[in-house]
Amino acid sequence: MSELAISIFTGTLIAATPLLLAALGELVVEKSGVLNLGIEGMMLIGAAAGFLVAVQGGGLLPAFAVAALAGAVAAALFGVLTLLFLTNQYAAGLALAIFGSGVSATLGVGFGSQPIEALAPLNLGPLADLPLLGPLLFRFDIMVYLGLALVPVTWWWLNRSRAGLVLRVVGEAPGNAHALGYNVLRIRFLAILWGGALAGLAGGYLSLAYTAIWVENMTAGRGWIALSLVVFATWRPFRVLAGAVLFGGVTILQLHGQILGLPVPSEALSAAPYVATILVLVVISQNRARMALDVPLSLGKPFRARD
Amino acid sequence: MTARLQLAGVSKAYPGVVANDDISLSVAGGEIHAILGENGAGKSTLMKIIYGVTTPDAGEIRYDGKLLEAHSPGQSRALGIEMVYQHFSLFETVSVAENVALCLEGRLDLPALRLRIRETAARYGLAVDPDRIVMDLSMGERQQLEILRCLMRDPRLLILDEPTSVLSPQAVEQLFTVLRRIAAEGCSIIYISHKLDEVRALCHAATVLRGGRVTGEVDPRQATSHELAVMMVGSDLPIPERPASTPSATPRLSLRGLSGRPLGLAGRRLQDISLDLFGGEVVGIAGISGNGQSELAACLSGEALCPAGQVLLGETPVGQMRPDARRRAGLAYVPEERLGRGAVPGQSLTANTVLTGYASGLVRHGMVRFAEARRRASAVIERFSVKADGPGALASSLSGGNLQKFILGRELALAPDVLVVAQPTWGVDVGAAAFIRQRLIDLSRDGAAVLVFSEELDELIEICDRIHVLSEGQLSEAVPREEATKDRLGALMTGGELGPVAEPAE
Repeated sequence: MSELAISIFTGTLIAATPLLLAALGELVVEKSGVLNLGIEGMMLIGAAAGFLVAVQGGGLLPAFAVAALAGAVAAALFGVLTLLFLTNQYAAGLALAIFGSGVSATLGVGFGSQPIEALAPLNLGPLADLPLLGPLLFRFDIMVYLGLALVPVTWWWLNRSRAGLVLRVVGEAPGNAHALGYNVLRIRFLAILWGGALAGLAGGYLSLAYTAIWVENMTAGRGWIALSLVVFATWRPFRVLAGAVLFGGVTILQLHGQILGLPVPSEALSAAPYVATILVLVVISQNRARMALDVPLSLGKPFRARD
Repeated sequence: MTARLQLAGVSKAYPGVVANDDISLSVAGGEIHAILGENGAGKSTLMKIIYGVTTPDAGEIRYDGKLLEAHSPGQSRALGIEMVYQHFSLFETVSVAENVALCLEGRLDLPALRLRIRETAARYGLAVDPDRIVMDLSMGERQQLEILRCLMRDPRLLILDEPTSVLSPQAVEQLFTVLRRIAAEGCSIIYISHKLDEVRALCHAATVLRGGRVTGEVDPRQATSHELAVMMVGSDLPIPERPASTPSATPRLSLRGLSGRPLGLAGRRLQDISLDLFGGEVVGIAGISGNGQSELAACLSGEALCPAGQVLLGETPVGQMRPDARRRAGLAYVPEERLGRGAVPGQSLTANTVLTGYASGLVRHGMVRFAEARRRASAVIERFSVKADGPGALASSLSGGNLQKFILGRELALAPDVLVVAQPTWGVDVGAAAFIRQRLIDLSRDGAAVLVFSEELDELIEICDRIHVLSEGQLSEAVPREEATKDRLGALMTGGELGPVAEPAE
């Protein structure tokens, strides 16, 4: 297999990773019945906060931790507003997206041109030296493996664990769950924090590994793509993976297309991953009968415990 | 022997209304005890007090002789008191076993739980399959699941709030068999209902409430329906007057081989339905929801369109007309769902009157005549004795029964040629239900054609001139009123086979 094919394959998974992380987080949030539109903002905050730690010599591991924490803090703000003060989830989410863009730009002032050392591939020893399989599968950084591992873990947790079952029914009928003695607001708040942490991590991946520099609004709409991935993937983790890989794949292909100088405007090529992902996901989410089981029925509706 | 549950002098007042006034009752172990009363008699408040949702102002509750003070629902469950609400509290998108698991403590072990569910279900004769998704279950199956959920916790006192309101006669009989078995094992049951024949067929004792007070303590197996009704309503139940009538020469509404598409997930395809509805008659469509009722109603109201010639109003093909055009052509429709389809919850009764009355003088030159609309809303409120705070009251502020009276009154004020009504008396108390039924008969005797969808066979037998059964999308032959019995209709509802429908012994 040629070098090119290998680099397209690995590039695809790397480009898919931030989407995968953010979308898997949002999936859990939405399954609990909360719609957080602010992924883009949380990713940016994570990207800026993580970069700040790394550029000042704090080390990459702490930088990722701070990125996740910053995303979770931003999400906590959203959680308090929507769960406690019953602010409209759509409005609060959009505000968070804009707020995140502004906060991250402020944080990043002055660090724009400073490069850092990108996250290195995980040292898997002899595995990385295997012919073909080595460069194909065993030379990624840890975040790629983390993203991939989270797919089955999220699926298993949602569908097989008691906590996941409770989360799903809170998203379906919060009133009934409350009547059975489950603390709807606490469950939703924890889900929101988890979604924020993963969005922050996804943002951190962009600034700490993917590009290893800070650029204002560097997420470039990936938060919105992650959001639509969740819906079009009908709230199923493995479909989210498929969508993220598709997006990553077209991103890499169009890059190669631009390098090869295809006679297509580069703007059109840059738009290709967004268009392709949405088209394919629209087509696979056409089976409405099956979808009804996956949609969190109380999505976006506030819950107020009576008495 | 100490009673399982004993109430002495329990009272509870809310601002402006005394919900419970000095109520005492006693339930023995293994006894099925009915709390009989109309809507607003104080049944629900009393149950909330027993279950610990509300605290009484005065009086005491003893459970196995021990005084319960300011207990919570959680403590009630720990003591073995379980409650099944009228509106199911199941989760639709998860399986039966997962629904049960959510009510039990401890680790999630579905394979073991499935086994336990099968055992418990077999022991009580419940038809519950742990692997099915609740969304696919019928109302009867959901009811059984609700009860099974309680049984898995080994209750000693089970409270059931109007458990049969959405069940077919066969499912009711199955439920009774299960309840008798539960009681025979020593569990006490409190059975809240306003249905006299059910209470007489099932319960060992009955406490009758009216206006928050106990008006009778009887053995319902000894008492007659008449005696119970008098205790419950305070007077004799009016028997509807059905003057003879001659059907119009030509049909007012005709269906010609109607085959509408299924609506929603659990929808039914209508199978070639033909029907002629004449002026001067009330025709009933019996059957349990989910057998094509919503599809047929939608095809009639115009919410679903069908080939033009499949639905005729008089001679006019209206299959392709939308609801507003059909209303202009003389059709009125009262949907089963009152808030959201029958009325807009957040709007006043006046505005809700305009909603269907636009073609009858409430709108002129595109402008709403609010004074006129207000007058008409007030007239409906008065004529149908709707309990509401004037025509400016929001639809959502009315109780279900009162809103139903208002919606029906609003449609009758239009003097329609054809009236289609779905579940006219759901959740409406006995007195108001009798009133509504009489109005439907009166409308038909004034020359209109009336089509009534209902799950309550007694109601259909009382008011209809003939009854069809809609089962699995197919419409049965007409059963004339004289030949209509619960047995015969029940058999048609379950596809011909005679179920074990027991008539309550007289």
